[in-house]
Amino acid sequence: MGPEHKRLEFSVGLFLIVGLFCLGYLSFRLGHFSFGKNRYDVIALFPTVSGLKTKAEVTMAGVPIGEVDKVMLKDGRAEVIMSINKNVKLEEDSIASIKTMGIIGEKYVSITPGASDNYLQDGGIIRDTQPPIDIESLISRFVFGSMENKKPSE
Amino acid sequence: MVNPVRSLGAYSLRQVISAGRLGVFFFCTIRGIIRPPGKFWPTVKQIQFIGTKSFAVIGFTAAFTGMVLALQGYHTLTRFGSEGWLGSAVGLSLIRELGPVLSALMVTGRAGSAMAAEIGIMRIEEQIDALECMAIDPYSYLITPRFIASVICLPLLTSFCDALGILGGYVIGVKLLGVNEGSFWDGLISSIDWSDLYMGLVKSVCFSLLIVWVCTYKGFYAGVDEGSFGPEQVGRATTEAVVISSIAVLIGDYVITSILL
Amino acid sequence: MESTRARVPIAAPRESALSHDRPGTLQRMTAENITENIIEIRGLNSFYNSRQVIFDISFAIPKHQITVIMGVSGSGKTTVFRHLIGLKRTAAGQITVDGQDLGSFSETMLMQYRRKIGVLFQSGALFNSLSLSGNIAIPLRVHTNLAFETIRIMALMKLNLVGLAEFCDYMPSQISGGMKKRAGLARALIMDPEVLFVDEPSSGLDPITAAGLDRLILKLREVYEMTIVVVTHELESAFKIADRIVVMDNGRVMAAGRPKEILASKDPRVMQFLAREADPLKVHVDAYYDRLLGEARRSI
Repeated sequence: MGPEHKRLEFSVGLFLIVGLFCLGYLSFRLGHFSFGKNRYDVIALFPTVSGLKTKAEVTMAGVPIGEVDKVMLKDGRAEVIMSINKNVKLEEDSIASIKTMGIIGEKYVSITPGASDNYLQDGGIIRDTQPPIDIESLISRFVFGSMENKKPSE
Repeated sequence: MVNPVRSLGAYSLRQVISAGRLGVFFFCTIRGIIRPPGKFWPTVKQIQFIGTKSFAVIGFTAAFTGMVLALQGYHTLTRFGSEGWLGSAVGLSLIRELGPVLSALMVTGRAGSAMAAEIGIMRIEEQIDALECMAIDPYSYLITPRFIASVICLPLLTSFCDALGILGGYVIGVKLLGVNEGSFWDGLISSIDWSDLYMGLVKSVCFSLLIVWVCTYKGFYAGVDEGSFGPEQVGRATTEAVVISSIAVLIGDYVITSILL
Repeated sequence: MESTRARVPIAAPRESALSHDRPGTLQRMTAENITENIIEIRGLNSFYNSRQVIFDISFAIPKHQITVIMGVSGSGKTTVFRHLIGLKRTAAGQITVDGQDLGSFSETMLMQYRRKIGVLFQSGALFNSLSLSGNIAIPLRVHTNLAFETIRIMALMKLNLVGLAEFCDYMPSQISGGMKKRAGLARALIMDPEVLFVDEPSSGLDPITAAGLDRLILKLREVYEMTIVVVTHELESAFKIADRIVVMDNGRVMAAGRPKEILASKDPRVMQFLAREADPLKVHVDAYYDRLLGEARRSI
């Protein structure tokens, strides 16, 4: 085969390599695409989640350690299933609370470590939870004043 | 003496027939995958034509689109003091929408029009008839390699477009406008996940089929309805191919988005 | 008038030398006496959209002979040609090939039929993206498992037959119209067909090139005993090569028979047709060009 063929092969090869590289980069870097499962699920029950969405971040000490997988209703309460990175271990008495980034920012779940020696397994339940602060009632209390003049706990 | 009912009937009949022909065309092309002749080298040649040669034009389009997205996004987001979201704004709009659509439109303009013209010329110069008379399935010989090649090429070109667009957005956003580099990448990485990429890929595969289907069909039947085979029929076929496949891409984009969201 | 027309074939080159006027050789005898028909057309009607273009025509194509279908533009000869090579399916009437009905062929049978025929289209129908040898090798590449080199050698042999061996690596865009037709002929011959169909061999060619192509067609009949069907509007070349002539007009067969029978026809329409077309033959090249030019204008 002549040089014409070599050029064809070269240019097509170049195209395929660059294209596949871009695809691979996007999938692995941005798509959080991974082979095999390197996360485990924990469940937390909240009285209200007020706008927590799936894919919201789960953090510990401000560092992302996983994301919210599912938010559903269970016995009148909100059940939140989170997937947590395998290398992060959560104590049984960890506390999960829903917080907001900034004033109008997104909701996220913050987990505060506990002191127990027992760690949560896949499907384990966090018993100790704190609902989100209701910003609207907070603001209205601030604007219209409050008879008790009581400061919010957070 | 035009009877409106009769002409309406004839018109609808023609439309039904051409829809059927479009379907048969697709079927014959897919059937061509398992039929001789061998398709390896023709497909490689088409990959070069559709893929490699579209690199430059898609690169330019993507880079400048990413840049302008960053510029526009920055000015909107600074009003809310949330320019940290620039990365995710650029990334999401590129990966979900602009990457697939822009690559598809560029491929239509560059390769689709050429395909329609090339096959149209083969039709008017009796080359397709000649293929049939050589007992060679013209679908399998001419159309199938183009189908395979564009289904391979467009997702890759789309990924290239996404990557280059994000790079363009990065250069303008971070290097020129001074958005924090960490928040640009963090916003990008945290807001995009596999389902966004999946949507982009599904779109690009569907678009590639739409484009190659419309363009080769238009070329293949250039002048057949008129019964005259001349250069103007090829010209018309090419124009129609580009217009119809561009519109089909945009409509398809809406349909796929509404299904997948 | 009669003598003028009779002069046409005699003025033709050596090979054609009007064999049907001298039935001397054994080969001639065979062809003359045993006229086995390879293709028969019976009562063929054909429609274009809803317009009828072929009206109930019947004729036969004898084996090992050259049949010329002749007529002016729009006479329906090209439609008949497309029916014969299976590009247009018969709606009414019958075309039989070796006794089998072409219209009832399944796709596989049609493919098999087409492997046994070779077709040369008007412009040669070469693929612009392939070199001459690449073009000619297509049927071998697709239908056989021969090695790359073998295919190339076979392609070169056919190119040599049409006198284009030294152009094997040229692209179709680099060669003249006449060469394209000859290359197309080589491609039509590559599978050694039993029947060769030729559409307008001399259209758009200068007289010398056209004569060369006619000579090639005659050689194929002589050497390979091929059955050849030629569609043409050129009287000169028709009478030079034909064993049988079918004259068509307005979708009907006006006359059919041996060339001398056609020439001797007393049918006024046939005579008019022959006279009109044969007239310029009395003069030479310049008038021929004028006529070609006129035809080109008319067709535009």
